[in-house]
Amino acid sequence: MKRKDVLGLLDLSAEEIDEILSVGMNMKKLLRQNIKKLPHLQGKSVTTLFYENSTRTRCSFELAAKYMGAHTVNISASSSSVTKGETLVDTGKTLDAMKNDVIVIRHPMGGAPHLLAKTVKAHVVNAGDGMNEHPSQALLDMLTMRENFGGIEGLKVAILGDIRHSRVAKSNLFGLRKLGAEVSMFAPRTLIPAEIDKMGAKVCRSREEAVEGADVVMGLRIQLERQQGGNFPSLGEYAKYYGVNDEVMKYAKPGALVMHPGPVNRGVELTSALIDGDTSRIEEQVLSGIAVRMAILFLLTKEEV
Amino acid sequence: MIFRNAEVLTGGKLQKADLRVENGKIAEIGKGLKGDGADLSGLTVLPGFIDMHVHLREPGFEKKEDILSGSRAAVKGGFTQVCCMPNTKPVIDSKVVVSYIKNRAREVNLCKVNPIGAISVGQEGKDLAPIGAMKAAGAVAVSEDGKSVPDTKLMSNAMQYAADFGLICLCHCEDRSLVDGGVVHEGYYSTLTGLKGSLRAAEDIVIAREICLAESLNLPVHICHVSTYSGVQLIREAKARGVRVTAETCPHYVTLTDEVIRNFDTNTKVNPPIREEKDRLAIIEGLKDGALDCIVTDHAPHHEDDKNVEYNLAAFGISGLETSFALSYTALVKTGALTLAELAQKMSGNPARILNLQGGEIAVGMPADFTAVDLNEEWTIDSAQFVSKGKNTPFGGRKVYGKVKYTVVDGEIKYEEN
Repeated sequence: MKRKDVLGLLDLSAEEIDEILSVGMNMKKLLRQNIKKLPHLQGKSVTTLFYENSTRTRCSFELAAKYMGAHTVNISASSSSVTKGETLVDTGKTLDAMKNDVIVIRHPMGGAPHLLAKTVKAHVVNAGDGMNEHPSQALLDMLTMRENFGGIEGLKVAILGDIRHSRVAKSNLFGLRKLGAEVSMFAPRTLIPAEIDKMGAKVCRSREEAVEGADVVMGLRIQLERQQGGNFPSLGEYAKYYGVNDEVMKYAKPGALVMHPGPVNRGVELTSALIDGDTSRIEEQVLSGIAVRMAILFLLTKEEV
Repeated sequence: MIFRNAEVLTGGKLQKADLRVENGKIAEIGKGLKGDGADLSGLTVLPGFIDMHVHLREPGFEKKEDILSGSRAAVKGGFTQVCCMPNTKPVIDSKVVVSYIKNRAREVNLCKVNPIGAISVGQEGKDLAPIGAMKAAGAVAVSEDGKSVPDTKLMSNAMQYAADFGLICLCHCEDRSLVDGGVVHEGYYSTLTGLKGSLRAAEDIVIAREICLAESLNLPVHICHVSTYSGVQLIREAKARGVRVTAETCPHYVTLTDEVIRNFDTNTKVNPPIREEKDRLAIIEGLKDGALDCIVTDHAPHHEDDKNVEYNLAAFGISGLETSFALSYTALVKTGALTLAELAQKMSGNPARILNLQGGEIAVGMPADFTAVDLNEEWTIDSAQFVSKGKNTPFGGRKVYGKVKYTVVDGEIKYEEN
């Protein structure tokens, strides 16, 4: 992969995605053998710059960097400091001056990683920006699928949940379509973004239609503040009319995988039975996350090794 | 003084003529006039442009622009009059601030600067600003600028009270609850970028409200910077049934579509947002059939610090005075959508008529306010060449036709290229 930054799957080619997934598969094999001391990032510094709360993504990037021998620094800035404190451009210049090799940024506003990438010499990895993209999440989802099915092409993936506010849904849509999968979506109309059908998603009118013949059923987190925003009346009503349960799963292919980027609202997006069932890959996704982030960090920095 | 050998737009027609200027007025239009003067061979003389929607930022935001730099940009763009919006600090909501701006403009002595007073005190939407006193000090209109008056009753009162003083309300149309923090047009590109979108309805609802008020009250109203196809249609239909509504749009709505937000370029962030091709085409259609009366810049200069930030945090606005004519000429006249005379009407005659300003045409007895342009000169927009403090333009690198060579205000040359 010859690029400075990983900002989104919209910009990555199918070949680049494939390369990340291939390297990620190898990393995952090593992780399964509990090998956590690799030399790939020795002498490199990786900073995580998080303007939004996150446990799993930040931790996953940090471990990915540490398992490959990098120095890591974590910076957490509360969202409010975005508007008050130092500008992102100035923060970026400072981190650059400290000789960081990679900056992993999470930010509540779409396009912030793009601004940072324009400003700094360091490689920038987008760990989620507003409602724009979350490329490493989609890549870990795709890695999990590839592991299970041997490939992505021809898969049918149903995504249900808060699609409008989801960077995960979009990154998955871009990535899965590039690798030849079909993507169907279902959500309350208030949570479907404008014209996403023109980006290759099949927007469905019912849960059953979305899940019909699916190899993978992915739930997306419903956030309580969306209810307060009047997008739907209650979590109970959401679960009843939009949630995924055993009945809905009957429309999917037998043995279809259940996935979720977490954290899950049990009994809302997915029933507990599905979360904890045999077809759930939710915990598997976590390990895929470290592997795919190792792959991203390695591929971005390897030209300089 | 004689300005000779230009093609002069007068009486709706272009004709080779000389202009004799005396005491700041056009004294004679003819051929072979004798006397000292300037040779404008090869140039076209148009009535000085009148921009009824600019932000000069003074007082309060001189880092972005001031009356001097804004006036320089105006005359460089061929404008002889500009009307400045009240979102200054303090807000233009008193005769003191109106007088300050008039005095400062007199000292600067470039173009004519006409302040627009706020509708409510502090633009807070509660109490009516002293519209009578502001008019006496020189305000030419009132506007809540940058937002709509949220309370419909107050808006109704404002239209009526302003009308007593012969002033019109210029209405920025935006339903804040529906915009809900949106920063771009809601559509394909808002989804693609994840930037929060704002529906056309957020603009149209308030356009419709202002039309309803004007119709019920039988008073004039002016709609600012129309950006939606549906807004154009609302205005067209209202005009057809006799509502006294006029409207403006801006060069960026004529030339750009929302694809420009794709790379998060904050210079594309403007309110209302750049919309889709169907909107762009409808706006051109509206300019052609008269649904839209004026082209204004909504000149909104910003310091680089206000734009070199996350898209959500960036200030809204485009620095437009120095590109307006060339963009409009290239997009509208070169393509045959409008004649040059029609463009001059949109950029000068109609604003003068709507605001009762002196000017807007080249005729004997009128103020000698005109601009001489080279219509054949192709040039490339480069913000580094702007004299405005605001270098914020999405048009950098764009090739356009039509270069302003001279701007004359009250018979004095206020801008000469090079």
